[in-house]
Amino acid sequence: MSDQFLFATEVFINGLMSGVLYALVALGFVLIYKASGIFNYAQGVMALFAAMTLVGIMEGQVPFSHIINAVFGTEVHHFGWHVPALLAILLTVGVMVIFAWLVQRIVMRHLVGQEPIILFMATIGLAYFLEGFSDLMWGSEIKTLDVGLPQGGSFWIEDMSAGLGSDNFYGFFIDNLDIVATGIAALLVTGLVLFAQYTKQGRAMRAVADDHQAALSVGISLNFIWVLVWSVAGFVALVAGIVWGTKSGVQFSLSLIALKALPVLMLGGFTSIPGAIVGGLIIGVGEKLFEFAIGPMVGGATENWFAYVLALLFLVFRPQGLFGEKIIERV
Amino acid sequence: MLDQSDSYVTDDGRTIGAVVMEMKNITLRFGGVVAIQDISFDIREGEIRAIIGPNGAGKSSMLNVISGFYVPQEGTVEYHGKPRPQMRPYQVAQQGIARTFQNIALFEGMSVLDNVMTGRLNHMKSGLFQQALWKGKAEKEETANREVVEKVIDFLEIQHIRKTPVGRLPYGLKKRVELARALAAEPKLLLLDEPMAGMNVEEKEDMSRFILDVNDEFGTTIALIEHDMGVVMDLSDRVVVMDYGKKIGDGTPDEVRNNQDVIDAYLGVAHD
Repeated sequence: MSDQFLFATEVFINGLMSGVLYALVALGFVLIYKASGIFNYAQGVMALFAAMTLVGIMEGQVPFSHIINAVFGTEVHHFGWHVPALLAILLTVGVMVIFAWLVQRIVMRHLVGQEPIILFMATIGLAYFLEGFSDLMWGSEIKTLDVGLPQGGSFWIEDMSAGLGSDNFYGFFIDNLDIVATGIAALLVTGLVLFAQYTKQGRAMRAVADDHQAALSVGISLNFIWVLVWSVAGFVALVAGIVWGTKSGVQFSLSLIALKALPVLMLGGFTSIPGAIVGGLIIGVGEKLFEFAIGPMVGGATENWFAYVLALLFLVFRPQGLFGEKIIERV
Repeated sequence: MLDQSDSYVTDDGRTIGAVVMEMKNITLRFGGVVAIQDISFDIREGEIRAIIGPNGAGKSSMLNVISGFYVPQEGTVEYHGKPRPQMRPYQVAQQGIARTFQNIALFEGMSVLDNVMTGRLNHMKSGLFQQALWKGKAEKEETANREVVEKVIDFLEIQHIRKTPVGRLPYGLKKRVELARALAAEPKLLLLDEPMAGMNVEEKEDMSRFILDVNDEFGTTIALIEHDMGVVMDLSDRVVVMDYGKKIGDGTPDEVRNNQDVIDAYLGVAHD
């Protein structure tokens, strides 16, 4: 096999891996959009908030320590204990559930039946609020997150594949974290699908997603289901936050991964879970291969815009995305 | 006059029991528009009770009051002799009151089977973790629920489309699936909002037969809205007639048919 082909393969595999990460974020959007028709702009910030909370709990940080210190003139920063990763993750899930309940109680409940654009604006407000709130609660410095996920290149894969090419080829470089992330994403999606298909709450969730009035008439509480959906989205945000946070540190830019999820959604369709996954993979692979093949000719940095151009093409030729429900206007 | 708790036997041998639901002086307003004005009537156990009237008479509003979609400004709804507190639609459904809609509200993306299965949601008791592990109680419960659903599907003769997504079905069959979903809940009171609207003669006959059979076989109490006089008179035990939000007649089909106010409302006499 020629080295060029092997390099392309490596780029392809790495593209798949980063696609999985995009898909993780997009999944949170799809869940809420399907069940309530709300495009949740705050999904990215939710991932940031979840990751910051997780770090904060693990390191025994005192929440709101800046305010406390400023008001009372004290100097508290840490409780002085360390919480094991698993327990901290469970506690963070609890925090995300409370957050979901508050969002439903304080914001979304009062906007039932409003225009989608109004709901969208509400989530923009929510995003900015949550951004400031997480800074206030946990401080704004960049933190490292280590819940025990392996990091760095996989030597095993590198050694195994090194013999495939000539002496100039050193084997595939694949990040261990990416491999683990793929496993986590597969587990998450399987879990979500099983939940939606086979449990009472999952059935109710699908029912609400399909028709509010019909759902009410068979005895489903919309409020409960929406809290549930926001909680699940919060959980997905936490998973995305853990993976991205481990990869590039917990910092403000984490909330911007939401912007990468947008083209994924346009490709896969806003209403389809498989769509989010396939869309993520296509964009991940597409932007890496494009950078590899065309990038050098146009001066590089194509990864910054490739996804958006692809999304634009889809908007023109297939606005419902690959897997979205076909838009049919009845007259 | 019959007392609240009295029962009687109809000509065709069905037993009509005590009063299940009583509407007392219901008034419903939308801003300045009075949709329902001071209406009282009752529904007895095991009967088919019709609410009829010309377009815009307030029939659907009345059904929405019973099922909790609208909250009346005045009046009380008594259920099994007790005044019902203000309830949300899902709570009403949990009390055993199932309904269908005039404009069909089905889960279009799901199969017929899944749609009917949602009717059983209130009968599923086991918790999330039991269901997740799919053990013991949850499994038995699922089987029991499936049995009820299959029985309803058989009964309404929709076996051949059980795997079809509802969105692909023609109008008449959608109406039948909606009825199936309501029946799957094994309701104590079944509310049908214009079950025959927009159907051809053959479909109307089918639907009439199903409504009669449901009432006969399961003893389900049914309240239905319809503006096709002929159909209603054949189906129902007692009829409430509404016009411009007021009750203008209440009684057996024969009594109502000979009521001068009712004749005027249907033939169109000028209101002064």
